[in-house]
Amino acid sequence: MSIVLRARELTRHYPVSRGLLHRPALVRALNGVSFDLAAGRTLAVVGESGCGKSTLARALTLIEKPDAGSLEIAGRDALVHDRELRRDVQMVFQNPYASLNPRQKILDQLAEPLRNFTSLSRAERRERVLAMLERVGLRPEHAWRYPHMFSGGQRQRIAIARAMMPNPRVLVADEPTSALDVSIQAQVLNLFQDLQAEYATAYVFISHNLAVVRHLAHEVLVMYLGRAVESGPTERLYARPLHPYTRSLLAATPSLPPDPQRQRIPLVGELPDPLNPPAGCAFHTRCPYATERCRAERPELRELDGRQVACHHAELLG
Amino acid sequence: MSLLEIRNLSVSFGGSPVVDGLDLSLEAGEVLAVVGESGSGKSVSMLALMGLIDPPGQVSADALRFAGQDLLALTPRARRRIVGKDIAMVFQDPSSALNPSYTVGFQIEEVLRQHLGLRGKAARRRATELLERVEIPAAARRLDAYPHQLSGGMAQRVAIAMAIAGEPRLLIADEPTTALDVTIQAQIMALLLDLQREQDMALLLISHDLAVVAESARRVCVMYAGQAVELGTLPALFEAPAHPYSEALLAAIPQPGQTRLHSLPGMVPGRFDRPAGCLLAPRCPYAQPRCAERPALAPSRLGMVRCFFPLNQEAP
Repeated sequence: MSIVLRARELTRHYPVSRGLLHRPALVRALNGVSFDLAAGRTLAVVGESGCGKSTLARALTLIEKPDAGSLEIAGRDALVHDRELRRDVQMVFQNPYASLNPRQKILDQLAEPLRNFTSLSRAERRERVLAMLERVGLRPEHAWRYPHMFSGGQRQRIAIARAMMPNPRVLVADEPTSALDVSIQAQVLNLFQDLQAEYATAYVFISHNLAVVRHLAHEVLVMYLGRAVESGPTERLYARPLHPYTRSLLAATPSLPPDPQRQRIPLVGELPDPLNPPAGCAFHTRCPYATERCRAERPELRELDGRQVACHHAELLG
Repeated sequence: MSLLEIRNLSVSFGGSPVVDGLDLSLEAGEVLAVVGESGSGKSVSMLALMGLIDPPGQVSADALRFAGQDLLALTPRARRRIVGKDIAMVFQDPSSALNPSYTVGFQIEEVLRQHLGLRGKAARRRATELLERVEIPAAARRLDAYPHQLSGGMAQRVAIAMAIAGEPRLLIADEPTTALDVTIQAQIMALLLDLQREQDMALLLISHDLAVVAESARRVCVMYAGQAVELGTLPALFEAPAHPYSEALLAAIPQPGQTRLHSLPGMVPGRFDRPAGCLLAPRCPYAQPRCAERPALAPSRLGMVRCFFPLNQEAP
């Protein structure tokens, strides 16, 4: 399998002004995240708000270049060749009401990537747009309409069609179904799967919905305060989470039918202040298994039971 | 006698119905879930109950009774004495439910002053107790915080503290956890159920997520395009849904080991393009010629269903 996306130690820090008299503080939104992604595969990135998953999406799509680390797309250094690689990474955003231009017809919005990246004629571009609209379940006459004439689900289909127009190798989707109703979510998830089967696009799927992630992803990366705490094959993680944070996330997710066996240990407290992250393991303030060592020493990611996990006590949980 | 009785409630805007003939009753101390997608009328019907629909919206009902009192016959002033005290509501987005210009303490004390006549130190003490009850750390200090200084989960806890300040007999929670992370969602649901048991308060949970309500409610009302399509108990409704729409909602939730999600074609009809017959018929895989008529809500094997050809009717 060919690796289309190789991220190593991606880092992105934001300075936060604290007024005239103080030095700006630093939010370590993304703090050394690494992974490989092959063509036709899906990596899901999960975690609470503020864990850095959207910052990761912005770094991967080159919207904001990472401060440190390396990123290779299709074997080329994305930080050097960013202009040529832009067509290879496309993005679908969470809110389909904000991500489409309200003043442009669908035809023009979908043709724009082709105008930027190809030398196709006007007629050829139109032909491609109509074919893609049909592919995502819309009708040809929709091309001459404006975004406000569509429902949320249809707009998300349009946003997906636009992202797929230049035939990207990587599609980054940031919470693409969380603004949609369940029945529409099911339609859109099916569409994502169909497109991947057809074009072998690699997906980075950012989501907080663990049921959706299990359904769609081949691999999962769990993030906490800018770092990966556990990553590996989806079924392995879901069957036996080794990091206490992964375990709490799964325990907090309601299932249908309700699982009486499910451990109801709701995680105490909230995400710590990212300006002032805890010393040692960042999770120790909320972890039921934390010991002295966790407060002092930050656990590195290590290989265990077919996945990567960053916890001193991972063996105990297995 | 039921704590809450809604009979034939309709809400319309500009002549087109958003809620169409809703019947619902709730016993004291019961947990009921109302489930449906956007546009199903679940929030609007609860706003109508609270008297929060302003003209040009029109509300009509055969009965709207709370604890034996006819809410429709009350003067607006008398109704306000009930709403906010005996019936309280928690909304989806806590950051827009709180007033950004006042401290948390001021807003809670306002409820205490308005409904219980508490003032000064007594109000302050009670407000602190309420924040402690909703498990906010350093409660006394948090009274002086403004809403923007709180996280989403904390703001929702404050909104819940305001709602329970008047010791309501019915708490309506409209998508109380939708805007929150899954870990915080679990905490807030646990808190709501604790409060419900402890104060023997009836809880009406509005949600689009069947999994969230599955563990907490004993009865469910499924709504589609302004009508109740199925009423049933849990877990029976999940095991044997009678209405094709309930079945479709359940099938749309990803399950382990499933390769493809089942989904109904199309989407919920808007209030201007509702079909004349059964509202689901254009999307329903089981539709028959008779579905061109509008079915009524009728008893089924395990509850009530609005369908000519209900599913799962033979006893297992």
